[in-house]
Amino acid sequence: MFEIVIISGKGGTGKTTVAASIAVLEKDNSVIADCDVDAANMHLLLKPDRSKKEKYFSGKTAVIHANNCTACGKCAEVCEFDAVLVKDGIYSIDPFFCEGCGYCARVCPDNAIEMLDADSGYLFESVTRIGSPMAHARLHPAADNSGKLVAEVKNRAKRMAAESAKEYIIVDGAPGIGCPVISSLAGASYVILVTEPSTAALHDLKRLVALLQKFKLKAGCLINKAELHPEMVQQIIQYLEKEKIDLLGILPFDQAFPDAIAAAKAVVETNEHMKKLMASIWENTKSKLKAV
Amino acid sequence: MDKNRTYRIAVASGKGGTGKTLVATNLADMWSVDRELLLVDLDVEEPNDALFLSVVPEPAQTQFKMIPEWNSDRCTLCDICTEVCNFNAIARMGEYIIVFEELCHSCYACSGLCPTDALPMKPRRMGELQIAKREQFYFIEGRLDIGQEQAVPMIRKVIQTVDKRQDIPDLQLFDCPPGTSCPVVNAVHTADLVILVTEPTAFGLNDLQLAVETMRSMNKEMGVVINRDGIGDDAVQRWCDASGIEVIATIPYDSQLAYAYAKGKLSWKTNSRLREALEEIIAYVSEKMKTHV
Repeated sequence: MFEIVIISGKGGTGKTTVAASIAVLEKDNSVIADCDVDAANMHLLLKPDRSKKEKYFSGKTAVIHANNCTACGKCAEVCEFDAVLVKDGIYSIDPFFCEGCGYCARVCPDNAIEMLDADSGYLFESVTRIGSPMAHARLHPAADNSGKLVAEVKNRAKRMAAESAKEYIIVDGAPGIGCPVISSLAGASYVILVTEPSTAALHDLKRLVALLQKFKLKAGCLINKAELHPEMVQQIIQYLEKEKIDLLGILPFDQAFPDAIAAAKAVVETNEHMKKLMASIWENTKSKLKAV
Repeated sequence: MDKNRTYRIAVASGKGGTGKTLVATNLADMWSVDRELLLVDLDVEEPNDALFLSVVPEPAQTQFKMIPEWNSDRCTLCDICTEVCNFNAIARMGEYIIVFEELCHSCYACSGLCPTDALPMKPRRMGELQIAKREQFYFIEGRLDIGQEQAVPMIRKVIQTVDKRQDIPDLQLFDCPPGTSCPVVNAVHTADLVILVTEPTAFGLNDLQLAVETMRSMNKEMGVVINRDGIGDDAVQRWCDASGIEVIATIPYDSQLAYAYAKGKLSWKTNSRLREALEEIIAYVSEKMKTHV
């Protein structure tokens, strides 16, 4: 089983478009995991049926029971997150800022603080419109995304791949370099970096590559929207050579991509030329993967 | 500074890559011709604003978060620390207590509840803060070290710095991280107004809806800017109209704008359509500021 993690550093470079295209090209032999859990988009293209849905709880949130509270203020004193609110002498917890550490509940002399499981969203196991299994999630707005939900999505994808004997898990990752990304990288067989020739994207790519090197992960890069800045494409290619990252392919800056999203399809389903390019990128990826 | 007079605008988005940085940097640079303002880059995982600005930063200030450090001499192996930690960041291995720094939320519970003071909190580097100033334009950037998992402590540190400094303009623009979870919640929490930048695609609409829900749950006042108008359809505009959310400005798709952005250049001086959109945003915000108490 191979886990292919698709990430970018900067948002909007085309992660989901690439992940959906690979999922379509490899539909008989892959499971999809949408790990961009706080701005998930894969479902818009692959229409998962959400046949299995479970609630997801992440950590704890403190609640003050006003009846028992004597307004001693100890909770506010120990809270490092400014989550204890006091209004007209009444104490309460701001759930947006409570990290669930439970320090307040432990120091409360009146047992007025209870730690409740934080309802953070839903986990789904689905079959997509292209027939392949998909694991995904829906984080509640403003909920805590510690990377744990990403790990839960990936665990389900792995189990689904084992049960249905699929060879590939296609992971659509989050932007950035923090916990959701680090969590999506755990157990990766190969990382596909989707970038574009822009000053900002290259800056972000370099930070992401430094992260991958810390974890000694093997990676390849796909340069999207090449016409944005042709000279920079050369600069990126040189950078990739220097860092020993495989160049998997180059995609054009083309209206075919937003058109495919508008049609709720992967671009490989709507455009023959892009299908050829993506197929070659995926073949390159597989050959690099098997050489790892 | 009189805190009551500060006006804080958060530029956020849900989906990444919709144009937060384009709007925040061009808006800040253009507006600073008329008045003093501060731009803060709170996308601490991938801060990009500085790439577009001609500012010379002061030396970087190292930022720390507090992590407990085990003192074996004082420890009686009572196990209170391992029991109180809700993040599994402390474990006992035989006669050793191990702290997993990346899991630690710096809540102080283990340290404060340790009966023998065997877990004093010690500073650990998490990133850097940079400050730059050019005439009426002030800039602060938070930058998380690579390999650090938690963006929130760094975001909070940057906002605390802005709150504390006396020499900072009243008008403040926060360029926020993408998403709808804890980094964004912390980045927008002190904002008086949130500007959500989106694009007219199904992805843009889906993530805008999530971002609007997030801001509503926090009782934030907000308006929308549609970037790259013309690449998709009018579903975002229609949804905003139907949901009672004001579209403050629309930036038409223009390949010259995309090329300039790719090269790391600001475009408000050369692109009249962008300038018009930014003027609309400034007029909208100025109106909001008049009624702000």
